[in-house]
Amino acid sequence: MLESDIYTVNVGPIHPSTHGGLHAEAIMDGEIIENVIVHLGYVHRSVEKIAEGKTYQQYVPYTARLDYLATNLPVLGYCQAVEKLLGIEVPERAQYIRVIMAELSRIASHQIAISATGIDLGATTGLMYGMRDRERIMNIFEMTGGQRLLSSYIRIGGVAADIPDGFIPAVMSLVQDIPGMMDEYNGLMTGNEIWAARMQGVGILTPETAIQYGVTGPNLRASGIAYDLRRAEPDGIYHRFEFDIPTRNGGDSLDRWQVRIDEIGESGRIIEQALEGMPNGEISTRVPKVLKPEPGKEVYHRIESAKGELGYYIVSDGSSKPYRLHVRAPSFINLMVLPVICRGGVFQDLITNIATLDPILGESDR
Amino acid sequence: MQEFNLELMIKELEVLMGDKLRIGSDQFFAVLNIESNMLTVLMTKLRDEYGFNHLANLSSVDYGEEFELVYHLYSIPDNKKLLVKTRVPRTSAELDSLITIWPTADWQEREVYDLMGIKFKAHPNLIRVLLPEDFEGHPLRKDFVMGGRS
Repeated sequence: MLESDIYTVNVGPIHPSTHGGLHAEAIMDGEIIENVIVHLGYVHRSVEKIAEGKTYQQYVPYTARLDYLATNLPVLGYCQAVEKLLGIEVPERAQYIRVIMAELSRIASHQIAISATGIDLGATTGLMYGMRDRERIMNIFEMTGGQRLLSSYIRIGGVAADIPDGFIPAVMSLVQDIPGMMDEYNGLMTGNEIWAARMQGVGILTPETAIQYGVTGPNLRASGIAYDLRRAEPDGIYHRFEFDIPTRNGGDSLDRWQVRIDEIGESGRIIEQALEGMPNGEISTRVPKVLKPEPGKEVYHRIESAKGELGYYIVSDGSSKPYRLHVRAPSFINLMVLPVICRGGVFQDLITNIATLDPILGESDR
Repeated sequence: MQEFNLELMIKELEVLMGDKLRIGSDQFFAVLNIESNMLTVLMTKLRDEYGFNHLANLSSVDYGEEFELVYHLYSIPDNKKLLVKTRVPRTSAELDSLITIWPTADWQEREVYDLMGIKFKAHPNLIRVLLPEDFEGHPLRKDFVMGGRS
């Protein structure tokens, strides 16, 4: 009998398929993965400690850097958490603008996810389509906050400025093109036999395991559980919109990938309704220059970010800076399941699984 | 299945846990303050009998003499929520790991250990998760001295 040794293969932290500084150490038995050890922390900036030395407003830009591919979502979550802590009401117009910005961010993030999966699996052309369409969203972000990638346009109490001329037509034309974009992604990749073969049955995540490991977001919904915080615990004005929660039942890589494409369509529907319903009026509440929540008060606020449940736990001591701030990062928690879904698979499945779990390292390493 | 009733659950738990459990609440959550040696018993009950299957958030706060551990529990898909808190003294910052109840506690406990230096008994792999292995100290402790590298 041939003897085989256990050996390790290191993927990352400097490797295009790891989506940032992720270092996965694969313990291999021949071609079969025995275990994966995930090493994090390559982009750790100690954002939680930094928060203790910044005022509530000063901290806003730091949150944008958590999930830099869906920049408005972490900012929205943080601002809402602080508003909850202080009991600040946000004007209607700002609520609608926020929903539009949040959903655009979700689409932009999913476009990166699905197109980066393309390049990870050798379908380089797939990358181009997602990036091309994402560019239009970046242009819209530039119109509002002046920043493309790391926008801090959403602020405590509302948004930084009113939307400029040309914003609504640009968003409208984008929304109208979304079904076409989805057809293109599907036509180019989903229907491709080689593509499907690389993804089908790879990295199966059962619903039981998903819940045990705290997996949320599209990864959970691909395992057949229709749990979306926009529906389960709507923040802001999400309860006003009609949308479906796309789910798949297999829990494999192909399902995770397809759920994201479907969600782009649903986000488009929400944006359409938000554009229709947006009233005129104030874009921000008058917020005091120095924010001092009651001493001892604390909040855990969670939103459905592009990656899953993004939560902020903030404790106040009555001063103008948080006493403690903790970010419940969905990417951090979702990555925990990577070894579980890789075990027993072959090496190239590791790359597929990293891609379809769609972690963002700015958030997981904080 | 019976309709979930938070007050009823709290009453049942009060009878069971006696003075180990203090009930509180804030604007957003019902809060169960439990003594740290009873944490595993309470959490097992919450998961198995009351359906709190989603440990959303596990974190800790430094209050000087004591550390407070916070656990935000939810249930999928019912969407009921609960906050469980426990305290450990700074001089012996150690408590039970919840990894056997919710595997998701794994890295979250490692993070608390890494950044705040609280040890979890029976955690199979309690090593730093975000900071380098040779890092000294636990930065989220309030007495951590911050300074640049020389």
